[in-house]
Amino acid sequence: MLINQFLLLGALLFCMGVYGVLTRKNAVMVLLSIELILNSVNINLLAFDAMNGGSDGNVFALYIIAVAAAEVGVGLAMVLLIYRNRKSISLDDLSEMKG
Amino acid sequence: MFAEEAAGEAAHAAAGWFLEHAWLIPVIPAVAFFLIIFFGKKMPKGGSEFGILAMVASLVIAAGTAYQWIDWSHHSEEPIIKSITWWESGGLKFGIGQHIDGLAVMALLLVSFISTLVQIYSTEYVRGDRRYTHFFASLTLFSAGMLSMVLAPNMVQFILGWEIMGLCSFMLIGHWWEEEANSRAALKAFFTVRTGDMGLLVGTAMLLAIFGTLDIGGEGGINHLAATGEFDSKSMLMWAAIALFIACIGKSGQFPLHTWLPDAMAGPTPVSSLLHSSTMVVAGVFLVARLYPVFHTGLDINIAGQHFNFIAVIGGITILIAAALAFVQNDIKKVLAYSTVSQLGYMMMGLGVGAWMPAVFHIFTHAFFKCCLFLCAGSIAHTGSHHSFDMKTDMGGLRKKMPVTFWTWIVSTLALCGVPFFSGFFSKDEIIDSAKHNHYTVFGIIGLIGAFMTAAYMTRATYLTFFGKARGGAAHFVDGHEDHSHDEAADEVHHDVDGLDTHRHPVHAAHDDHGHGDIQHGKPLPFAPSDSPWQITVPLIILGALAVVSGYLNAAPFKLHYFEHWLESSMGLPFGEEPGMIPEPPTFSWAAAAPSIILVALGITLSWLISKKVFGEEKNGLQGLTQRNALLGAGHKFLVNKYYLDALYEGVIVKAIAHPIARAAYWVNQHVLDGVVNAVGIGGRRTGEWVYRNVDQRVVDGAVNGSGATARGAGGVLQPVQSGKVSMYGALLFGAAAVGALVLVLVNS
Repeated sequence: MLINQFLLLGALLFCMGVYGVLTRKNAVMVLLSIELILNSVNINLLAFDAMNGGSDGNVFALYIIAVAAAEVGVGLAMVLLIYRNRKSISLDDLSEMKG
Repeated sequence: MFAEEAAGEAAHAAAGWFLEHAWLIPVIPAVAFFLIIFFGKKMPKGGSEFGILAMVASLVIAAGTAYQWIDWSHHSEEPIIKSITWWESGGLKFGIGQHIDGLAVMALLLVSFISTLVQIYSTEYVRGDRRYTHFFASLTLFSAGMLSMVLAPNMVQFILGWEIMGLCSFMLIGHWWEEEANSRAALKAFFTVRTGDMGLLVGTAMLLAIFGTLDIGGEGGINHLAATGEFDSKSMLMWAAIALFIACIGKSGQFPLHTWLPDAMAGPTPVSSLLHSSTMVVAGVFLVARLYPVFHTGLDINIAGQHFNFIAVIGGITILIAAALAFVQNDIKKVLAYSTVSQLGYMMMGLGVGAWMPAVFHIFTHAFFKCCLFLCAGSIAHTGSHHSFDMKTDMGGLRKKMPVTFWTWIVSTLALCGVPFFSGFFSKDEIIDSAKHNHYTVFGIIGLIGAFMTAAYMTRATYLTFFGKARGGAAHFVDGHEDHSHDEAADEVHHDVDGLDTHRHPVHAAHDDHGHGDIQHGKPLPFAPSDSPWQITVPLIILGALAVVSGYLNAAPFKLHYFEHWLESSMGLPFGEEPGMIPEPPTFSWAAAAPSIILVALGITLSWLISKKVFGEEKNGLQGLTQRNALLGAGHKFLVNKYYLDALYEGVIVKAIAHPIARAAYWVNQHVLDGVVNAVGIGGRRTGEWVYRNVDQRVVDGAVNGSGATARGAGGVLQPVQSGKVSMYGALLFGAAAVGALVLVLVNS
């Protein structure tokens, strides 16, 4: 019963994150949304961990936090460079990959 | 090994604290090394305080150990062995620990004592050096290496200490590596010693094969087994002894690998002093003394009717050739270096003729007076001759201006020459006497000649340094009204030379404040032309006193045999006349000592008179004799070129061996390898052409073209998907994930 609420919270956060990633034009906001997604995963891990009574999930969650910190660092650095080169961080302007 | 260890533990339960904890002696400087490296630069005195503190702590423990050992040796002959397993390989255990007996205690005390004095001396001598901290770090590690070597309970730890010293000697000799000559000297020292070190590895491996153990002492140790004859192959033992002795030749600068030692003078003087008195070069002698039963049995020393053996021959040759070389050196440190080589020859010869005790005693006494002499040379260069070591151009007449240095030098010189009642007399004369007594007559005579030569070349060096007229660097400092017969231009030249000198030894940049910049003609110098500061003179005085006193620990003329009593158990062999025993030392008589005393007196007098003639002020026929007389000139040139041994090694051996090998390798490379490679290449090309025509063009290309066409078609279909919009990619990603999740749910349900 308790776990359901955790999972629901996780799912809600995940959906918010996905929505943000898909709709936001601002690269920083996209990065923020990605953080939301990662944290929803964390909540899931912790919830299942509490259910199973172990500590593996906690460890994974800690790892994810560390990785997320690194990832957002790299991401923000890229955003910064893009801004320096183009004076804009709108993702719509970044369409060099168009085939 | 463990049973023996346990038994040893039980037996030594009564041994004192210091004897049980002697392993701390090398550990403390080793720890200090890391402290200096990591924190030295932040300390107010640049890390030297760690080094000095560590050496003092080691000295205190070594002194305690010596005190307790003296007590111990009254009622036991057992060494105190402790060892823990360091690593294991294939059932072989390699231990690390301590093996305390008389020899080890003597060396521990000696090394920690000399190291302490040298470090105190260095605080003044290398003050302001740009690598001051690293200097002290290397110095401390060097002492740690030697200390761990002398108390090694097995050959592995012995090699460990031996190699640490090899490395540190490289770092210290090349301390001022900015000048190419110094780094070349360091490399030369390193490689020459390495050449010998191969012998140590081979010899150790052979010992392991012969005895099945690497432990040195104790019941099942190498020494015991060799002494009691518990081995299969005598000839193998002989080869092991020869291999080990080659290592000693390299390390102890014996003929023919002595060439590195004088070049090692490129290092700072405290380093030379430490290297040449109690550490590095003594390591080889120590190895022979430590494994004496192996050498004694392997080389049949003291067998009836034997007049020569490998060790004695090498030692004897070394005495004479090194002493002869010392006559033609102008560099005061090089005179001392060759003198060290020659004295090491005495030690080796002593060991080679079965005079273990006098040889080890000579290590002991030699350490003090040779260390003192080197430090005197450093003191002169530091304050007397303005950083020059050249006796002919920059010294002379220093006796009044540097009284402390002068008198300690004189005392040590007398000890080195073997003048009666100084320490060198008691040890060196005993070696010569034992050689005759043990029926090695030839070596007795060589020893006598060596004593004569030692007295002569030391007198020459003393005269050049302290007597006569002040020259060059020394003249600048002797009085305020210095001799200005050399005019402005000459002075300029001197400044230039000095500038070079400063450049060469970065340490001296720190002394620029008393450099020539503010020298006014006829005015006193900014710093007193007197003796060095206390950090330099106090070690000198202590060592000078010991150069006299240390001999009385084993003074045969006065029936004093303390040293012998303390160290007897370390010989590993009993006294006796049978084969495999060491002959009793001869009883001292002044009649037997008379020839050497007379020769020494003669050497000093003759050399004094000749020096006065040759280097004195009056013009006479002896000056420039080597330029005029072809025969003498040739001899001089032969000596100046160090018997052409360096030329032999570099010009002949390296050319004759390395170059043909290189040429042969080149030929093999060009003809054999290239031929093979070319043949393979041609074969490969033919195969390649066939494959190209048949496989590549038809099969592979067909497939590639086909897949290419397919891909292009698919690409055309998928092209619109690649919009370049990040959010669209994200949507596809999440969509795919959602589809995947859906599939997963369906499959699992």
